[in-house]
This record gives sequence, C-alpha cells and structure tokens, in this order.
Amino acid sequence: MYNEKVMEVFKNPQHMGEVENYNAIGTVGNEVCGDIMRITMRINPDGVIEDAKFKTFGCAAAVASSSTATGMIIGKTIDEALKITNKQVITELEGLPPQKIHCSVLAEDAIRAAIDYYEKNKKN
Amino acid sequence: MKSIYLDHAATTPLSKKALEAMEPYFCETYGNPNSQHVYGREAAKAVAEARQKIAACIGARPSEVYFTSCGTEADNWAIKGAAAQYRDKGRHIITSVIEHPAVYSTCKQLEKYGYEVTYLPVDGEGFVSPESLEGAIREDTVLVSVMYANNEIGTIEPIKELCEIAHRHGALFHTDAVQATGAIRYDVKDLGVDMLSMSAHKFYGPKGMGALYIRNGLRMEKFMTGGEQERAHRGGTSNTPGIVGMSVALEEAMSTLESDGKYVAKIRDRFVKKVLDNIDEIYYNGPKDASRRLPNNANFSFRYIEGESILYSLDLAGISASSGSACSSGSLEPSRTLLSIGVPIGTAHGSIRFSFGKHNTEEEADYAVDELIKTVKRLRAMSPLYKEKK
Ligand SMILES: Cc1ncc(COP(=O)(O)O)c(C=O)c1O
Repeated sequence: MYNEKVMEVFKNPQHMGEVENYNAIGTVGNEVCGDIMRITMRINPDGVIEDAKFKTFGCAAAVASSSTATGMIIGKTIDEALKITNKQVITELEGLPPQKIHCSVLAEDAIRAAIDYYEKNKKN
Repeated sequence: MKSIYLDHAATTPLSKKALEAMEPYFCETYGNPNSQHVYGREAAKAVAEARQKIAACIGARPSEVYFTSCGTEADNWAIKGAAAQYRDKGRHIITSVIEHPAVYSTCKQLEKYGYEVTYLPVDGEGFVSPESLEGAIREDTVLVSVMYANNEIGTIEPIKELCEIAHRHGALFHTDAVQATGAIRYDVKDLGVDMLSMSAHKFYGPKGMGALYIRNGLRMEKFMTGGEQERAHRGGTSNTPGIVGMSVALEEAMSTLESDGKYVAKIRDRFVKKVLDNIDEIYYNGPKDASRRLPNNANFSFRYIEGESILYSLDLAGISASSGSACSSGSLEPSRTLLSIGVPIGTAHGSIRFSFGKHNTEEEADYAVDELIKTVKRLRAMSPLYKEKK
C-alpha cells in the first residue's frame, strides 16, 4: 500500500520523543479514530523553532507524516512553519494512499495547535 | 531475511498432494464435465469422485454437496436463497454480530429489500448464547445463520444446540463453517444443520473454490442462475481442477486433523504464553478454554498502539500476521467482532491476529515473539498515550 519512502521513514522515524522544556505543545486526533499526534517544540524569543519532536499513536502513514512534518519545521520561524501544508508533507513523502491523506492533515494540524499554544501562553 | 507466515486464517498454502491431483485437469483432461464425449466424461468422473470424497468427509451424501466459486458465494447462496425461497413464510432472519462480512453484509443487503434481521449479541469470549436465540426467534423467522468458528478470535459456537432451537421453532439453520472445516471434525447429520458453507483455501486447498452443503429434501432458490450444472442449482462450468484440488486437500486435512490440531495448538499456546509473560497491558481476545477455540488462533489487543503500525513493523521483520481491525484496508472502523466482545474502541485499534499452520515451527513462534516484544516497545515509546512505568 505504501511507497518505499513512507516505509523508510516509518522504519526510521526522526525527531521522535518530547522536547525538554518545550514551550509549544499541540495534540490532535483521538483514540476512537485510531490516530493521535502530539508535537512539542522549543521556540526561541526570535520566534525560531529550535527543536521539535513528535509522539504518535497511529498507522504507518501517521508516523511517517509526523516524522516528516517535524523535520520540516526545525530551524524555521513560526510564520514559515505555519505556511507548511499537508500537501508539502505528502510531496516530501513522495505520496500517500488516498485513504491516508488525513494523516498528513493531522500533522499540519498538530503544528498549528502547538504554535497556537505558544502564542496564547506567550501573551500571559 | 526470515519469512514467517502466521496468517493461516486468511489463507493457506496449497497442499502439494492437491496440486499434483489438479495438474492433469488443466491441459490434459480439460473437457467440460457437461460435454457428451470422452473429454467431458472423464472430467465429469473426476468431479463426481471429488463430490463423493467431500461428502464422506462431512457425513453428507454426494447429492448434498454443491460446488461454488468461494466461501463467500456459498454464504450468499444459503442466505439469499433461503430468504427468497421462503419469503411467503416470513421475512425475519437471525444471525450474530460477529459473522464474517460474507454473511453480515449479505444480511445487511436483505434489510434493504424488506427483510428484518436480528443480530444476536455475543459474550466477552465471542459466544452466542442459546438463550438469546430462544429470545429472538419468532413465528416468521425463516433462517438462523451462525458461524461455526470465528475467523478473528477463534470462538467455536455451540452449533448443534443453536440448530435444535431453530428447528424447534420451524426455522432453517445455516452455518458458515469456512474456518471450521479442516480444523474441527464434524458430521452434518449429527450437527443437524440444513446448510453449511466451506472454502477450500482455508484447508490447504486452492483459492476460488467453495461448497455449500444443502440437506436433501430442502428446497432452495438458485443463486447463480445459468446452466444445468450442480443438479441445475448452480450455473457455471465446473472448475474441474479446483474441485479435484479441494477434495484432495480436505481428505488430507481430515486424515491428520487431530494430530495437526494438536501440533498447531502447541505452537500457538507456546506463543501466547510467551507474549503474555513478556508484554504487559494487553488483552488476549477470545475463549480461554482451548477446547472451545480454533487450535490455530491467537488474537491480542495491545494498549496504546495502533494495529497497522504493529503489522507493518512485523512485516519489516519478516512476520506476516493480520491486523484485528479494518484500518489497514482504509476504513477507520475497528473490528466489529472485537467491539462486540467488549474491547474498548481505542484498544480495538491495536489488535493483531496470529493464525498458525501445520508448517510453522516452534522456532518461528519464538522469533515472532521476540520481534513482537521489540515492536511493541518501540511503538509504545512513540505513543503519546503510553507512560512508561517507573
Ligand atoms: C468465516 C469466514 N467466512 C467466509 C469467508 C470467505 O471465504 P472465501 O474467501 O472463500 O470467499 C472467510 C474467509 O475469508 C471466513 O473466514
């Protein structure tokens, strides 16, 4: 069902875990649907994502999407990260089966949720 | 890399004996069994012999065995045929919540055409209770269809008892014995069933071959309309090599049923014990009493991780199993069977079925356990739901 690239990323996912002293965290999805994705980041005062990691409960596509999306935002500014779309994640993975597109959407959502958390907590 | 097949409930390799027996019917004795010449007669003779063999294996008369293109067709025929034939008597059908889609979807379709279907619940191990059938059966119930053995969790249903209840209330009884045939010794007359479905590829026979037992004297509407084949009950040129292969495979399976069952159960039990001893926070789904469970079946739900990623990780390690949920086939619906026995929905997503076969070895089972332990550990480390016990 999956292409080699997806399987390769699934086999050796990067950036897995939780960032120490993170100041951004986003959890999306739910157990009932069978996938939950959590991205943690440390964002420096200049708004640059210094580090990001993921934890995912889900299928191979969900794991591959999380790993890829997390890799894409490290070193980027918040604004740049917010511009990343699920389509770019899919391109990076050289394609996903149609019924697994939602996994890439989940990755995009997780990034947004984490940055959203950061913005809200920064103001307080 | 190792390649270990632990998915015998999905399908089995073809028996060498069956393959050899099939061989002449492709290019030499290729006649249409319905043709009136020597090619046809020879093929017809092979089909008749095969029918006899299969009948003998299940305690039926040859005239009660009808060949079909698969188990799914046999199930479709039994249910739709009975529904059509007896529609003036009633439009109520009873089945169970854990049936294979071959039965379940067929019943769902009949609902669209005005039939009423009751789906009997099951207990925590997947058993249908005779009491619940007593409670559900009505005057207008024409058919009760309950599977002999479940394909996901291996539950062996009390068919004889359920059949007696159906008959006492004037309803017909069909059983989907696709997983049971070749694994459990039974006699259709002793069971008392009116119809029974089987499928060759589950007992080391060829794919695309099934059979429906229909008790003599039972009037049944046709399903596959066409020519005069199968005593004018199932049109379509007979698949001579398939029929021959099926009969040889079933005979072989029956001749070593007890010893194969014991062997497979021993490997399965060893595997299950090691898994339960080494991995925490899991459920072993299905009957605990081995005498009421298919000898080849093991099914686990691993908390905090998802089945498809377990399946692919095992696949990368050379182990072929099956995910207990339909997620891998694209839908996000977890297994209806697992939900019916009370596995919480989140946990049901993390389910895997291992089904052993007579060619598996203890070493293979041990290797699979080791890889499974590693996989579960790796995926749990990745899961936001899992908190490692300190
Ligand atoms: C219980 C049960 N019924 C029916 C079927 C369908 O059989 P077939 O694959 O021959 O159509 C299967 C196998 O997939 C099964 O396990």
